[in-house]
Amino acid sequence: MSEPARMLPQGKAGWALLAAIAVVLALLPPYVPSYYVGLITLAMIGAMLALSLHLLVGGVGLVSLGHGAFYGLAAYVVFLMSPEGSPKPIWLTLPAAMLVSGTVAFVVGGLSLRTKGFFFLMVTLAFGQMIFFVFHDTKLGGGTDGAYLAKPIISAFGATLDPRSFPRSQRGFPAYYVALVQLILTYLALAWLLRSMFGRVLEGIRVNEHRMEAMGFSVMRYKLAAFTLAGAFAGAAGHMWALHSGFVNPELVSWHKSAEALLMILIGGIGSLAGAVLGAFAFTALGEIAQQVTERKLLAEGVVILVAVLLLRNGLMGIRLGRGKTKGPGGGHG
Amino acid sequence: MADAALALETVDLSKSFGGLRAVQNVSLQLAQGQLHAVIGPNGAGKSTFVNLLTGQLRPTKGTILLAGQDITGTPSHRMPHLGVARSFQRTNILKSLSVLENVRLAAQALHPLGLRVLRSPRHGAELVDVARRALERVGLTGVEQSAAGILSHGAQRQIEIAMTLVGDPKVILLDEPLAGMGQEEGERMAELLKSLARERALLLIEHDMDFVFAVADRMTVLVDGTVLATGAPAAVRADKAVQTAYLGEHV
Repeated sequence: MSEPARMLPQGKAGWALLAAIAVVLALLPPYVPSYYVGLITLAMIGAMLALSLHLLVGGVGLVSLGHGAFYGLAAYVVFLMSPEGSPKPIWLTLPAAMLVSGTVAFVVGGLSLRTKGFFFLMVTLAFGQMIFFVFHDTKLGGGTDGAYLAKPIISAFGATLDPRSFPRSQRGFPAYYVALVQLILTYLALAWLLRSMFGRVLEGIRVNEHRMEAMGFSVMRYKLAAFTLAGAFAGAAGHMWALHSGFVNPELVSWHKSAEALLMILIGGIGSLAGAVLGAFAFTALGEIAQQVTERKLLAEGVVILVAVLLLRNGLMGIRLGRGKTKGPGGGHG
Repeated sequence: MADAALALETVDLSKSFGGLRAVQNVSLQLAQGQLHAVIGPNGAGKSTFVNLLTGQLRPTKGTILLAGQDITGTPSHRMPHLGVARSFQRTNILKSLSVLENVRLAAQALHPLGLRVLRSPRHGAELVDVARRALERVGLTGVEQSAAGILSHGAQRQIEIAMTLVGDPKVILLDEPLAGMGQEEGERMAELLKSLARERALLLIEHDMDFVFAVADRMTVLVDGTVLATGAPAAVRADKAVQTAYLGEHV
């Protein structure tokens, strides 16, 4: 009966299914064309971003349009730390990216969380755009068209993994596996957080903020903590993007990225953590298919998302096999 | 009366919303061990008064003293930590959460957990104990795991009271705890309030006159935001101004 169960995989069966999916993802790369290895890596990065946003939307009930900025900011941190030609180790770049994104989120949150609802949406949008213009067409950001960076070096226990030492068809593997590990860790960390007594407070705030305040919780402090953490996790996702692509451009920081992440959790189902992951995979697949079948990718995407959201009230996670519910157009590709 | 230990006192408390003076120069003394009822017609400013006391609203003028200390302007989330708990006029609970979780969260709000806040509620067993005791105290048992929102109105009011009890407050402010309750539930509530008032100060806002006269040690009549009369129930009942202004048709 208690609410948190809804937010997390249902019981042992849910966790077993997730573990099985993780195993399949781990075994997949050698058996699929390298193009798809890259595509799944992108989906996993999208899932990490969606998960971080879920902490706000599903966890506290805060809809932010500035979340993408923390993602893009982290990618630029990698760019600044690890410019083309002089790569830095991942154990340096990842914490730095998360720290910078988290710190900026702390400041932005501290200023924007005083507003609510629509105003919060607009204020986060405004802050996001401010961060965007720090990198858009500036010397710091490497220009409007973006810039190359040196992918951080993946090393552990003295051994260094250099993608260039792999045959061409396997060069995407290291990033793929780092993304997979990071996705799993992000998922576990958020599941832990939402289950904890801290998560219970966030949930209480989502259900009835006013009452939580009267109970004695400093709602502002909890919201700020969640906003900061979500920003840091978005930073981890942005760092992974830089590691995967070796490239940054201002689009990463733009509000479209926030909207994308919101669509992912909307498609997947706002009520659950697994929905964020599912939504990210469905969104990536949808973009890919739309690109292949039509020249008007965004139009096709928009129509499918619209229909999916209208038909699936609880997103893809709301589909229960055997109940004969309408299967959404995006469902087949998830 | 003035010599008894004052739990809560207001001095010239006022609140205006633009041109509307919702509460004007209300001075009220709430003694320890006393059940003090505030009555008045709709729009008299009763709920606004409670909202001022618990920091939901900031007074335009005047001071609030808690055990002699000036606490005017304290934010609402600090009040339970100072020992002032409240319930709301419209049932205000976390409806989709379980009964136990509602009360457990109220207990958590007042317990410094430190980093333990990152552990699951299983690692905060003492909070569950506190919550269970509060539920027992208000006589609500056997429904711990039900979603709070599906229970009867009376049971939801009981949850609210349980939530105010978890911090063992010195002062409890109850805004129409009887609203929507049946006869039998009302009688049980009366017993509960009387027993609660023995150990602390209770401020009660209520419409039900029979109930107020049955339980209150002292009462204050608010009309148009100002105090019309204050004193023992019998004296207030006999007050001419009160009778014409408010009680006329009821008594």
